[in-house]
Amino acid sequence: MSSTSNTSTHHTSTIGSIGTPSRRNTELALLVFAVVIPVFAYANVGLAINDSVPPGLLSYGLGLGLLAGVGHIVVRKFAPYADPLLLPLATLLNGIGLVVIWRLDQSKRLQAASTFVEAAPRQLLYSALGVALFVIVLVFLKDHRVLQRYTYISMVGALILLLLPLVPGLGLNVFGARIWISIAGFTIQPGEFAKIVLAIFFAGYLMVKRDALALASRRFMGIYLPRGRDLGPIIVVWIISILILVFETDLGTSLLFFGMFVIMLYVATERTSWIVFGMLMSAAGAVGVASFESHVQQRVQAWLDPMREYELSQQGVIGHTEQSMQALWAFGSGGTLGTGLGQGNSDLIGFAANSDFILATFGEELGLAGVMAILLMYGLIVERGVRTALAARDPFGKLLAIGLSGAFALQVFVVAGGVMGLIPLTGMTMPFLAYGGSSVIANWALIGILIRISDTARRPAPAPAPNPDAEMTQVVRP
Amino acid sequence: MNKPLRRIAIFCGLLVLALLIRDNWIQYVQADSLKDDTKNRRVAIARYATPRGDIIVDGEPITGSTKTNGDDFNDFEYKRTYKDGAMWAPVTGYASQAFGATQLESIEDGILTGNDDRLFFRRTLDMITGKKQEGGNVVTTLSAAAQKAAYKGLLKQGKGAVAAIDPETGAILALASTPSYDPSTFAGNSTKVDGEAWTKLQKKNNPDDPMQNRALREIYPPGSTFKVVTAAAALEHGVVDSADEKTDSPLPYTLPDTTTELKNEGNIPCKNATLREALRVSCNTVFGKLGVDVGKEDMLETAKKFGFNEEQFVPIRSSASIFPEKMDRPQTALSSIGQFETATTPLQMAMVASAVANDGTLMKPYMVDKLQAPSLDVIEQTDPEKMSEPLSEKNAQILQSIMETVVEKGTGTNAQINESGVTVGGKTGTAQRGVDNSENPYAWFISYAKLDDGSSPVAVAVVVEDESANRDDISGGGLAAPIARDVMKAVIDSKK
Repeated sequence: MSSTSNTSTHHTSTIGSIGTPSRRNTELALLVFAVVIPVFAYANVGLAINDSVPPGLLSYGLGLGLLAGVGHIVVRKFAPYADPLLLPLATLLNGIGLVVIWRLDQSKRLQAASTFVEAAPRQLLYSALGVALFVIVLVFLKDHRVLQRYTYISMVGALILLLLPLVPGLGLNVFGARIWISIAGFTIQPGEFAKIVLAIFFAGYLMVKRDALALASRRFMGIYLPRGRDLGPIIVVWIISILILVFETDLGTSLLFFGMFVIMLYVATERTSWIVFGMLMSAAGAVGVASFESHVQQRVQAWLDPMREYELSQQGVIGHTEQSMQALWAFGSGGTLGTGLGQGNSDLIGFAANSDFILATFGEELGLAGVMAILLMYGLIVERGVRTALAARDPFGKLLAIGLSGAFALQVFVVAGGVMGLIPLTGMTMPFLAYGGSSVIANWALIGILIRISDTARRPAPAPAPNPDAEMTQVVRP
Repeated sequence: MNKPLRRIAIFCGLLVLALLIRDNWIQYVQADSLKDDTKNRRVAIARYATPRGDIIVDGEPITGSTKTNGDDFNDFEYKRTYKDGAMWAPVTGYASQAFGATQLESIEDGILTGNDDRLFFRRTLDMITGKKQEGGNVVTTLSAAAQKAAYKGLLKQGKGAVAAIDPETGAILALASTPSYDPSTFAGNSTKVDGEAWTKLQKKNNPDDPMQNRALREIYPPGSTFKVVTAAAALEHGVVDSADEKTDSPLPYTLPDTTTELKNEGNIPCKNATLREALRVSCNTVFGKLGVDVGKEDMLETAKKFGFNEEQFVPIRSSASIFPEKMDRPQTALSSIGQFETATTPLQMAMVASAVANDGTLMKPYMVDKLQAPSLDVIEQTDPEKMSEPLSEKNAQILQSIMETVVEKGTGTNAQINESGVTVGGKTGTAQRGVDNSENPYAWFISYAKLDDGSSPVAVAVVVEDESANRDDISGGGLAAPIARDVMKAVIDSKK
């Protein structure tokens, strides 16, 4: 009797999952848009700048279509239940990013600079590498829980990645920030990869420690204070973030890692006190470092009064940059609808116009409408990631998904906010849009992991194993 | 774990929302102020993105536009060119990619670039039809012949300025200044070519200050030409009633409240001279005393009616000429013969001559006849406007007859035009400079011409500041009067 009821319980619990549509065809339809829109934009730029359809249009369209197609087929084969929005969104952002990078390659003003190199062909190569990594993740990472085994290796890996730019002879100091390394002529931003590896470590670590962190605490003035020894890890992460800030003078990366950790800690423990702690610590860290680090002070100055910064740079005072003001002018000159692709002057920003500041080109040439669309696409990626975390059935998957999506959201906020003058500028790049190999490759991997988790989460539960007892009951007839 | 996840979802949503709000702030609320910020290079890029409209004299453009080319990358597509740039510089000012615009080029920039609000409809139409924005034209009142005569005459004499006006309308006919500069030499954006040309023209590198618009901006002591104003004041305020009654003028004349004697240049018949005789030989004693008799308040009133102590906008700003407001009686006497602090622009003295020629009515001087849209439709037409009436018609005619005597058989014989039907009235001036006249004086001449139908086509003021000339040679009649004559003749001939 009891076994019969057991069986029926099993059935009711899985009814919701049975017949969940895989949504692969939706993804394919969206991907068509994600390829057609950038191709159209590409033609648009060519017509605006050279009065002719760019000669590379067909190969670009085929290339992007090929990348999207490979991605789609791999998802269909290896992650059939994955979220259908993530791949098209990433493809679209990557595609229009390529178009705008190519558009900035055509700028005579940028070509006049001695450091000019054509960025679009390289970015196309990086995008292909990124999709390749995406494929590798989906093909070889059959189950994201495997990553759980590498919790502590990830920690070591992340630390190494973070410290690499400080190694003499390897690290590069580019305009005051030490976040690049140079290997065999390629510059790599290890922080972009560290983001993912750290998320894996935090997810694995917090999954094990969450109960201790959540329950063993004392109540003080209405909030739960963690025990001293449980406080250890958060302090370690905090110190590492501060060290990044001090030695690599990179406010963005530092904020990103610490913010990601606090988010994951909060989700793991469900204790609001961690958020309060996190905010206090990051505030203390930021203020403390800003009090003696001139690089950070200067960024804050430039944020508070970009016009003064512009004028100082015009007077030739060393250490000041006109870029913040130029970016604001670009946004303002774009207005509501923008000048149209290829018809703006965002290249006045000069250095990093196609990487850190690429959003300003969107602002000027596609206007308020275009930038809002871009921001909403990022918002959509983040919310699909959070949705994946909600749907995930295992705590590790939940933590990893929320960590990656949270980091993605923070990165978008920190970069876009910096370029638009909402917060001080930091040296990070818009995921997928901006020129930069590390960024685009790492973000494709990030999307790959999210797709893997979402596939597991949305996959219908396997049919219950035949119950020997049930067999027995079947046999015995009244 | 789902409750904190939902909160994180909201938090991420808020991050995106903050970005959206910020984006609306900079791209909608602040968009216009960022876009039109003069430091925003796009403003300059737009200004030079299309050929500028032209400044037109006698139906012919005196400006042009050419595609910028050079080795360096230049984001300004078109640059300004000028025909006879140096001659027209006091009229046009300059429009340089590197150094901005001044004077007419700056004041009418909206029309010339096509950005003016009055061209909005057309601009929108062009945008829809895909045409490039075009600039409108500025049609000036100037006369090419008069300007040429003025500039040529000045070049012969070195430094100086000429302003000529049509007394009946106030239309400016000539506005010349030497030494001048060619604004096309620094119209571009190249540090090497344009930057160097610019540097060379600056006052600190060039003591002659070629970029000064002397006709409008330099104020000179007017010397004896100011006696026309004093004569007008004496007639208007009843101190003298006619040209030929004797005045009560002692010789020598001791300045009131002092023991200083006011002297005349040379031994001339000034004792109790009539107004006509006094102006013909230019008696300091007579006009000094007349000024005191009129009184400083009434002198000031007449001077102000002629336009003194006020900037004129033609529409280029002209410096305010000075007739001192605070002075004692001896200073009043000196001011009334164009000394002490009295100082005027050439334009101001041309206005004085024009008011006399126009039977006492001073017309507001202007140099822009009309503004044209690119389609040549008239956007704005300047109508002649009465500015004031410094003297009555009767008194003006008395003064005309006196000034005509000056040219006929006085100090101004060099301005005579020997054509039938043309009468010229004028006044010379030799403004003393420096302590005890140690520096070379300025040679002045103001005059007007009348035709036998009673109309008056031109009034002119000429000043020559020639530091190299022999002091004795400098006199308004010798240096300045021939230039005035040529300018007047050019205007009269071009009217035929």
